[in-house]
Amino acid sequence: MTAPPANLTPTPPIPKVGGWDNFQRKYAPYIFISPFFLLFFVFGLFPIIFNAYLSVHEWQPGSGLGDMKFVGLRNFTDNLTDPTFWLSLKNTAILAVESGLPQHLIAIPLAFAINMGLKRAQSFITAIYFLPYITSVVAISVIFFTLFSWQYGVLNAALGSLHNIPVLGALFPADKINWLGERAFVQPSIAMVIVWRYVGWNMLLYLSGLQAIPGDLYEAAAVDGATRTEQFRFITLPLLRPTIFLAVTLSLIGGFQLFEEPYILTNGGGGVGQAGLTTIMYMFRTYNAYSDAGLAAAMAWLLFIVIGLLTLVNNRIFGRSGMSDSKAAK
Amino acid sequence: MTSTPLAAPRTTPRSISGKRPLSRAASILLLVFGGLLTLAPFYFMFVFATHPRQEIFSLPPPVWFGHDLTNNYESLLSRMPFWRNLWNSLYLAVLTTATTLFFCTLGGYAFAMYEFKGKGWLFGLLLATLLIPSTLNIVPYALIMQALGWIDTPRALWIPGMANAFGIFLMRQYIGSAIPRELVEAARIDGATEFTTFRKVIVPLTGPAMATLGLVTFVQSWNGFLGPLIIFRSAETYTAPLALRTLQGIANTDWGALMCGVALTVVPLLVIFAFASRRLIDGLTSGALKG
Repeated sequence: MTAPPANLTPTPPIPKVGGWDNFQRKYAPYIFISPFFLLFFVFGLFPIIFNAYLSVHEWQPGSGLGDMKFVGLRNFTDNLTDPTFWLSLKNTAILAVESGLPQHLIAIPLAFAINMGLKRAQSFITAIYFLPYITSVVAISVIFFTLFSWQYGVLNAALGSLHNIPVLGALFPADKINWLGERAFVQPSIAMVIVWRYVGWNMLLYLSGLQAIPGDLYEAAAVDGATRTEQFRFITLPLLRPTIFLAVTLSLIGGFQLFEEPYILTNGGGGVGQAGLTTIMYMFRTYNAYSDAGLAAAMAWLLFIVIGLLTLVNNRIFGRSGMSDSKAAK
Repeated sequence: MTSTPLAAPRTTPRSISGKRPLSRAASILLLVFGGLLTLAPFYFMFVFATHPRQEIFSLPPPVWFGHDLTNNYESLLSRMPFWRNLWNSLYLAVLTTATTLFFCTLGGYAFAMYEFKGKGWLFGLLLATLLIPSTLNIVPYALIMQALGWIDTPRALWIPGMANAFGIFLMRQYIGSAIPRELVEAARIDGATEFTTFRKVIVPLTGPAMATLGLVTFVQSWNGFLGPLIIFRSAETYTAPLALRTLQGIANTDWGALMCGVALTVVPLLVIFAFASRRLIDGLTSGALKG
């Protein structure tokens, strides 16, 4: 209570012993934060610089470091004239949209329904939707691999029996879909798994965003005679904007770094017609199978530029201050 | 959230749907249906784990448990050192979690309770590192580990993961808001060194935040795939996800055994989640809010 605001500046009382006591107090914070910064310099910053250095060199990881040969921007131009690189970028973009958009279109109404509908079962329901997120991609992809099976898969069996329902049946395909075996379906299949995995995560973000909106706003609007749609349109959406910005940014950054799901669902190979080959997968292949570290490093930078540009665009659309405003609940 | 004691909770105008039972029923129906879709793959994972390959791929596919769990389990063990792989996962996850907790709490304590030169921009730098896409570093990371001779050893994963910006940020927020500065001052007046203050005053009071950070770190490490894929080269050093993945690669995959292995890797997570879902969910969202 009596603590003066001056509390914030260095150490107030006890000059007592001086010497070691002061010394350790002065340097303690630096020592305490140093592990993070040391690790960051060694395993974070240094690799980035090394990556930049690599990207302008030709080098096979198998040979010694002395074999590095400066090639200027050739790795970049090689990538930019490589049709497979463009294909992988196109695949990544399509997958990011096909998996990103539905996530939000499903997650927002779900969060809305949970926030409005059930107060008591809320944490239980949230936990169920969240479950896929905490499970390993390998486990999930292996399970879906069997569910997607062409002749005997659960998914096709379910669609088949839905097709046999009298009137509504027409909505469902008559023939079995060769999910992972036909070019047109590889990307939608991968996208379905990603949607399944991340809907709960996004729902949670939106839920905390919704709960940060004060209830009195709705009450006041209701008193003024606003309909439910109007309330959603003029209260919920504008106040949810920072959360939308955050969630979209996260799925954008995540979407353009897709690796694990397509890698496992296409058995590491990229699938029919390489439709499931993402840029990170291609980069990994360039390094691992083709042993071309410089080319892979340049590819990483190109992807980094793409992600950066998209983040900027997203920033323009959904507005800045997102990050700080979205402090959201809890 | 906090409804006044005067108003009957169910009929407050805030709960808009309260007025319209139909739309309330519709939203519950939607939630239940979606929830079933979410759980279905898990259900089939357990069902498939009890069937041999030819039954998993038959028409109609099995929808109820079979009798071949033990066969699948034995087949799994004959194909890979599964318990060894599970142990590798556990070893890695425990080590990563323990070191992360220690160094992130220490760093969070420094940022929350001290004033020192450069604090502002150091913290800014820390937050900025969250924005770097991690996959950018795959190639140099692999090369550095090669150069260090750390390929095929767990330290290639847990040492770089000992402290992270998210963890320090989380602990700083918690320590700054939950622990009064007076406690730290009192310990100093009593003559405790800075580290003793940390150990005796801060650590015992940060239990809840540590539990959150610990859970998040453990789950992430347990599920890791890309990192282990780069580092581990032999069946003996594989973590469980890697080992299962190689099982899938074989042309004539034993899907029953594979499902059994997948289920065994997922069950520990389900158990943890059953006890700590609230904490885990809160921890992950507070992380998401920053990057």
